[in-house]
Amino acid sequence: MVKVTFVAHDGRRFPVEIEPGMTAREAALFNEVPGIDGDCGGQCACATCHVHVDPAWIDRVGRLADDSMEADLLQFAEGTTTESRLACQIKLDDRLDGLVLRVPEQQY
Amino acid sequence: MATRSMQSGPDREEPDRPIAEIPLAEIDVSRPSLFQSDKVGAFFERLRREDPVHYCSESAFGPYWSITRYNDIMAVDTNHKLFSSEAKLGGIAIQDMHNDATNLELEMFIAMDQPKHDAQRKAVTPAVAPSNLLLLEPVIRERAGAILDSLPVGEEIDWVKSVSVELTTMTLATLFDFPWDERAKLTRWSDVTTAIPGSGIVESNEQRRQELIECAMYFKGLWDQRIDRSEGSDLITMMANSPATREMPFLEFLGNLLLLIVGGNDTTRNSISGGVIALNQNPDQYEKLRQHPSLIGSMVPEIIRWQTPLTHMRRTALADSEIGGKRIAKGDKVVMWYLSGNRDETVIERPEEFIIDRKNPRQHLSFGYGIHRCMGNRLAELQLRIIWEEIHKRFRLVEMVGEPERLLSNLVRGITRLPVKLHAH
Repeated sequence: MVKVTFVAHDGRRFPVEIEPGMTAREAALFNEVPGIDGDCGGQCACATCHVHVDPAWIDRVGRLADDSMEADLLQFAEGTTTESRLACQIKLDDRLDGLVLRVPEQQY
Repeated sequence: MATRSMQSGPDREEPDRPIAEIPLAEIDVSRPSLFQSDKVGAFFERLRREDPVHYCSESAFGPYWSITRYNDIMAVDTNHKLFSSEAKLGGIAIQDMHNDATNLELEMFIAMDQPKHDAQRKAVTPAVAPSNLLLLEPVIRERAGAILDSLPVGEEIDWVKSVSVELTTMTLATLFDFPWDERAKLTRWSDVTTAIPGSGIVESNEQRRQELIECAMYFKGLWDQRIDRSEGSDLITMMANSPATREMPFLEFLGNLLLLIVGGNDTTRNSISGGVIALNQNPDQYEKLRQHPSLIGSMVPEIIRWQTPLTHMRRTALADSEIGGKRIAKGDKVVMWYLSGNRDETVIERPEEFIIDRKNPRQHLSFGYGIHRCMGNRLAELQLRIIWEEIHKRFRLVEMVGEPERLLSNLVRGITRLPVKLHAH
């Protein structure tokens, strides 16, 4: 199992575990972590699973790729940073065991 | 576009025979009368089953492809590099833009491709982003309450006129910081933008043109007052002060305004009305809502799915491609029927039913997906949530006491009249 901790806007921490191969979006939704909507079903089509990757983890997760659908969508989201990603595009494996993701105040 | 980008169009006579007997090749789901009579669903049901990517070679809008299944629609909507929204190629509705000399060649970012689309959309997005909505919520709630408090209990009223139009117009006036006493102009311009001559809204395209020019001149006046104004989170101040939008040519200015007006008006208006119809047709759900008002949060996206306020969006293929095994040629008109995808039984469980506590209520196509996804989706949900919370405080039942009347349009799934009686707790 891969451990992921979601940190809500108000500082509450939600540690969850999920099987490798699943995405961070699924880790949040399957464990009812608040603040991740994921409207489109995980198809990189809506930007409602926006997370800020903890700076300590961003290199391992990888930054947003220019000219990707993910970047096309995130440009319209509120409160993006250089650590912004869509949780549906973060595939979890053993390398990411212990990952910390911050959830923005609201999804848009 | 011509202003007709957002219009529905003329109609042909409806053949009087059972749907199952019509040869597939003759099915034309674009006829506006099918939407006015609310009979189009049976046609979509047959297409989803027998010919989900369907070619109609002859229609009042020219030849077009119908995409009727949820996943195929998602695939087209998220492939903006292959399926264009560009106005000069026809734009975003089955009725081509820029096709009629009597019309204005408006331009709006919904009918643009990258990169211009992105820059213009970004300029206005903050007005409807979550942090701004937090500021708007108390204002909308107070106004919604005032509207509901003014209604007579036990008498027949038209819900569309008394509530749906009032609330969305007030919200729009707030977003534009529009002169309050003149806000009815916004409703009028919204209706005129999508109207077809003879629909009861305008008599001729020339009349539309005149009224939309008046709209532009009016907004030009507001713009001139607000340009260089440093504060203000209203849409006009934002457009007048963003580098991406401040030098817009006149028709682009008007086009984007009308986009925001129609986007924020017609759609939510019809969802407010549609929710009343849905709850009246499903009294068990209405009872569930009375018992568990906390379900309003999941009922709101279900209303938006069930109503599907825009029946479709259209794209133009930029290259040869394939969808669902069918060859789509470069230049073909591809119509994504959201109304059909939202009833796709292979993706949505019991799609014909209105269920206020669905498991994944936000998984619907009404806002579209990809870079053109509805910018105001959170504002729409906010308005619906507030109105139902405020209704619940005041009334036990909003009872439908007559058949709703529907708009003659193949684009806006509109309810023009809805007789109701209010019952107090």
